[in-house]
Amino acid sequence: MDLALELMVYFLVAGSSVSAIRIVIGPSIVDRLIGFSMVSAQVLALLAVLSVQAGRAIYLDVALVYDIFGFIGLLAITRYFSTRRENL
Amino acid sequence: MIIAGFIFMGIGALFIVMANIGVLVFPDVYTRLQASSTCSTTAVFSILIGCMFFAGWGPITGKILVIGIFFFITNPISAHIIARFAWNKEMIPWRHTYHRKSAGSDDD
Repeated sequence: MDLALELMVYFLVAGSSVSAIRIVIGPSIVDRLIGFSMVSAQVLALLAVLSVQAGRAIYLDVALVYDIFGFIGLLAITRYFSTRRENL
Repeated sequence: MIIAGFIFMGIGALFIVMANIGVLVFPDVYTRLQASSTCSTTAVFSILIGCMFFAGWGPITGKILVIGIFFFITNPISAHIIARFAWNKEMIPWRHTYHRKSAGSDDD
């Protein structure tokens, strides 16, 4: 069980750094938003796994607030760029 | 219980690998969005269920359940918002350029 949680921590860090490549090389804003959504989801899973590994329930509040702020940030970015007249 | 946790963690790892490959390889915004949304939702939900099986019955399970319900609502909504944003920005969907070279076919 401890080995599975440890492997999942490394695996999620590797996956989020791989999907951060799409943020760097994305040709348009939408690709960067997709990469941001992927990184946000994987960091949420990473925080949940770290909380179970440490055995503390209070770390999960950080995960919930991180998820809410990721969703609100995505809403704000799309609303901001939908009013601008420019080529993506 | 531990065996079920291992199974769900394995499913989550598999779907994360598939989502990363899809986001890196696919040629268009919409196909990348499809790979990202479906695989990411399934993977994170499987990992949260695996964490619930590992943690046992307690306050950690309830908090993970709340986080899972919130994530299961908001991630398809965010994918829909990104897709509608791309469609309103008039981004062209990807097509096969194979048929376009033949002069007589007008099927694309």
